[in-house]
Amino acid sequence: MALPARAEPERQEEPAGRSYASIVEAIGHTPLVEIPRLSPTPTVRLFAKLEGHNPTGSVKDRVARALIEDLEASGRLRPDSIILEPSSGNTGISLAMIARRKGYRVAVVMPDNVTRERRQLLALYGAEVIDSPGARGSNGAVELARYLVARDDRFVMPDQYANPANPRAHYETTGPEILADRPDVDAFVAGLGTGGTLTGVGRYLRQHRPGVRIVAAEPMPGEQVQGLRSLEEGFVPEVFDPAILDAKYLVSNAESITALQALTEREGIFAGVSSGGVLVAAARLARQMQRGTIVALLADGGWKYLSDELWSRGVDEMGEELETKAWW
Amino acid sequence: MTTVRIPPVLRATAGNQKQIEAHGATVREVLGALTEAHPGLRDQLLTPEGELNRFVNVYVNDQDVRYLEALDTPVDPRDTVIILPAMAGG
Repeated sequence: MALPARAEPERQEEPAGRSYASIVEAIGHTPLVEIPRLSPTPTVRLFAKLEGHNPTGSVKDRVARALIEDLEASGRLRPDSIILEPSSGNTGISLAMIARRKGYRVAVVMPDNVTRERRQLLALYGAEVIDSPGARGSNGAVELARYLVARDDRFVMPDQYANPANPRAHYETTGPEILADRPDVDAFVAGLGTGGTLTGVGRYLRQHRPGVRIVAAEPMPGEQVQGLRSLEEGFVPEVFDPAILDAKYLVSNAESITALQALTEREGIFAGVSSGGVLVAAARLARQMQRGTIVALLADGGWKYLSDELWSRGVDEMGEELETKAWW
Repeated sequence: MTTVRIPPVLRATAGNQKQIEAHGATVREVLGALTEAHPGLRDQLLTPEGELNRFVNVYVNDQDVRYLEALDTPVDPRDTVIILPAMAGG
């Protein structure tokens, strides 16, 4: 598709990179990039915070660093300890990378239907993978991890769902970065998983930019990843403060993947599935605004989803796959 | 009539139906019609005080009603109401 030629703004002369003492120090400081072609309202400026630029390619590097520092400070890590965490992939990969650098053992409880790349990355960083039933989604991984920790005291669980270090990482790093780069931010949109990003960034922005809107994109769970036996097995993470939100939009996997394809095609940005969902929510919000600035946090890069061939076929060709996987 | 989508975990209590048509001008009225037809759903969806159960999310046209007008959120016959259990991610 031919796009009209646009005058590119002058390039800033500041250096883009810095020098760090270790890969752990290089977490954060991610770029904020304007994506005007995806804003449905020309007077609403849309910016993407590219968390795929973190060392393992996701926002979870920030959380994992805070979780491990919290374990170190609490004195819970012994020489024979194994850090055990339930994760749909990204948090586990981030914990494994930091643990490798610092010399700790990691095991990750992960639904058995996540993409192949996540297993490959965990193996590459030396983590052990314990499968939980994919049909029970992240809820099933949390349940199995809690069961294992109760039975073997070598396991130490940082617990991204309950540990205040998770939202604190965003309060102390992601939020200040956004406000420093866009002091005019009117709305912040992110995906809802543990709720750590929305709670931490939301609290920071509310304190420093009163009137800012905090909006969540939530994945519509596929029919086959809702294997709960009762509603009592439902789960609201302890770290998530629902009162921080102004709106929450449900986004289907098909809509997310379509937006993801548009992001690559129109803006040249390669991101993961939840980023598509976030952009769908950001567009819905932008349609209700006359003018303003929206920051959308794109949680990971597209690398871990390549084997799913999301960019080479239409969603209508994906059929049942859309319903059988936990994409976020 | 508004279409209400029922999640797999509640279908056994809702006559094994995936979606149900229900009358009502607000979410409260639509859920009221639903629980009248399927009384087993009442304790699952609502607290004894008649508020939405903590582990249940209800959406009108894909927006969580907790951030609209909760149970008083208006519903149009052309709207779709979705009921989902709270699920984790991450």
